Amino acid sequence: MDAVLDILLSASFWAAAVRIATPLMFGVLGALICERAGVLNLGIEGIFTAGAMAGWLAVYLGLDLWSGVLVAAAVGASLGLVLALLTVPLGLSQHVTGIGVTLLATSLSYFVYRVALPNVSSPPRIQPFAPVAVPGLSDLPFIGPALFGQTPLTFLALALFAVAAFVLHRTPLGLGLRAVGENPAAVESAGLDVHGLRIGAVVVGSAVMALGGAFLTMAAFNAFFFEMTGGRGWICIALTVFASWRPGKALLGALLFGAFDAFQLRLQHAVGGAVPSQVFLMLPYLLSIAALCTVARRADYPKALMVPYLKGQR
Amino acid sequence: MPKTPPLVLRIDGVTKRFGALVANDAISLDLRAGEILALLGENGAGKSTLMNILFGHYVADEGTIAVARDGGAPEPLPPGRPGAALAAGIGMVHQHFALAESLTVLENVALGTRPVWSPSLRLGEARARLGRLMAESGLAVDPDRRVGHLTVGEKQRVEILKVLYRGARILVLDEPTAVLTPGEVEGLFAVLRRLVAGGLAIVFISHKLGEVTAIADRVAILRGGRKVADRPVAGASRAELATLMVGREIAPSRRAPRAPGPPLLVLDAVAVPGERGRAGLDGVSLTVHEGEIVGIAGVSGNGQGALAALLAGTGPRPGGRATLRGAAIGSGPGAVMRAGIGRIPEDRHHEGVVPSLSIAENLAIESLGEPSVSRLGFLRWGAIRARARAAITAYDVRCPGPDAPIRLLSGGNIQKVILARVLDRSPRLILANQPTRGLDVGATAAVHDRLLQARERGAGVVLISEDLDEILGLSDRVGVMVRGRLSAPEPVEGLTLERLGLLMGGSPEERAA
Repeated sequence: MDAVLDILLSASFWAAAVRIATPLMFGVLGALICERAGVLNLGIEGIFTAGAMAGWLAVYLGLDLWSGVLVAAAVGASLGLVLALLTVPLGLSQHVTGIGVTLLATSLSYFVYRVALPNVSSPPRIQPFAPVAVPGLSDLPFIGPALFGQTPLTFLALALFAVAAFVLHRTPLGLGLRAVGENPAAVESAGLDVHGLRIGAVVVGSAVMALGGAFLTMAAFNAFFFEMTGGRGWICIALTVFASWRPGKALLGALLFGAFDAFQLRLQHAVGGAVPSQVFLMLPYLLSIAALCTVARRADYPKALMVPYLKGQR
Repeated sequence: MPKTPPLVLRIDGVTKRFGALVANDAISLDLRAGEILALLGENGAGKSTLMNILFGHYVADEGTIAVARDGGAPEPLPPGRPGAALAAGIGMVHQHFALAESLTVLENVALGTRPVWSPSLRLGEARARLGRLMAESGLAVDPDRRVGHLTVGEKQRVEILKVLYRGARILVLDEPTAVLTPGEVEGLFAVLRRLVAGGLAIVFISHKLGEVTAIADRVAILRGGRKVADRPVAGASRAELATLMVGREIAPSRRAPRAPGPPLLVLDAVAVPGERGRAGLDGVSLTVHEGEIVGIAGVSGNGQGALAALLAGTGPRPGGRATLRGAAIGSGPGAVMRAGIGRIPEDRHHEGVVPSLSIAENLAIESLGEPSVSRLGFLRWGAIRARARAAITAYDVRCPGPDAPIRLLSGGNIQKVILARVLDRSPRLILANQPTRGLDVGATAAVHDRLLQARERGAGVVLISEDLDEILGLSDRVGVMVRGRLSAPEPVEGLTLERLGLLMGGSPEERAA
């Protein structure tokens, strides 16, 4: 019990929780934007990988870090456009298309990596984003190091949440987006462009997802590995349901998952070899399943999620 | 000279062809401010095509549409541009509502009224304006409630408010009463009268003659794509309108006197708990004899659903006794069907048929294990198709053929397929739940005739309906459901609408009984 308390009371634990949560924040926000507009984006895992590879490679080839972030977002947006064109105007199955985009984006990333760097054995490194100090806040005891010793990408994620929440609930664009995920016929009859809104949402959402991948190679680590996304995209899909498609709850869900993950890492060290490490690795996933079962059973999902809108069909 | 109200809409010689089919044949129509024009016609007469042209969803092959603003000269509306129709002040309330359920009333109304890229929704302004509109029109809904929590009648109010909020001067209502209870219809009519008094022009699309004569000033009748009549409603008889609409005289279905046979279905103090705000059954007793139609009247949600579920075998096991020809009614749809109950479900699209399967497949689906349909586990396609072709002829199903997906058929034709499926099994008891809801005059007459024929044959029929004319026209005896209780069925002879209305309101005398 003392071990648990020790973990929870250390500033470094909370710093790690926020750090681990950051890619999930981008991912869950991107998934949420797509799904509020009625498109399930299962390309997320591949978009993560592509964002991680593209952002890192751009920096490795000589661009500065922020340009690398833009490259990652642009790659994510392009993959989102592919998914959107297949699922929105053509109305193809969102499951099949999404998994297809994931396979395509993952393989393409590995291929480009191999072609760009044919002769490396150990992964080449870049100089990643460094933690920045927030004037005033970072100097607070405990809270400062715990929450404000993060890289700029974490603050970008938090800012994007604020922007998304504002746009969704306070602007005509957001209202149109929410309505198009509920009942495209209502949007059509209000004189708005159903396909335009959906394609736009998927492109923007995918760009945000790709930033989650970019965080992995450009802030959390400094290199690109195969399999480095490790299913984080799928976790984001589950977190979206957990969050009932609300930005505030989505942020909370990402932070909770990050905290569980950071916790199990430290618990492994504390408990030592008594329990197999796989049990600890399982912990966050078990908890997300439990959370889904309890919290999200009555979730108010977007009614037109995964329902293509094809004009004039009955 | 009496002042004629200004013209607001002129449809001039509109023709629309789909291949060989002429859906609209040189239709001309004027609409004036402050009037309610009923557009009457059977399914397939061309009403929807005309409205789709008006809204720019289709482009007419010939003819023009012009809209007049503020008493000015009519200006032509650019064809094929839904945005132009909206901007010209034409608003439509579809039969299937176009509302986002998880958004609030206010959000649904405000949707699309501000430029997409503007930074603010100005919901405060929208709320104030909506409040004024509600006060003027008499359409009251809580603006902060989620649309998904509203009743059907309230959702319709939101749809009308949406149209008014956009400054519409022409309101098109497509079959607005199909989903409403009789009480809600009265409320809607009061609102419509108030709106036209304020200068709005209304096109009321319907095929219900009673409503047309009750609400409209003028009626235009379409048949086979042509306008066959355009006349004031005053002085028009229902029979006259029906003949114009159908193109031949519809003989009202006549119930021949017939002595009822022995008891068939006996319910004795049957009780089923209600769920989710809908009444269950509270000590219902009912006897249906062979060769007898018993009408169950009442506002929907008063236990009719539970009664239908009981007879269809889909409900929970009831308390009390329920027997068919002396044997307890089993549970499960299969057992009920084998016992000789045929059901015409309330929601024909979702419970009656599998939309993407063909007509032949839908006809066979209740007899899958039987030798007429399958042998040794293989479907007998020849027999299935032959049976479908026979049913299509016998029941006058208008369709491309037995292999057409049933979703392509109109509601009336789907209902005919369901009737064919049910009656082919010669059921002893037929459960007919809202059998003619949403059907046009011709299809309604066909359904009524088939039910009366089944009665002649000696079948018993439980007819659940909100259409009191239907109840009084077909039933031998009539009971009324109120809050899960059924009044003792009375012989239809001597039963008046007033008496039924009293029973439906749950009069104290009945409650004491």
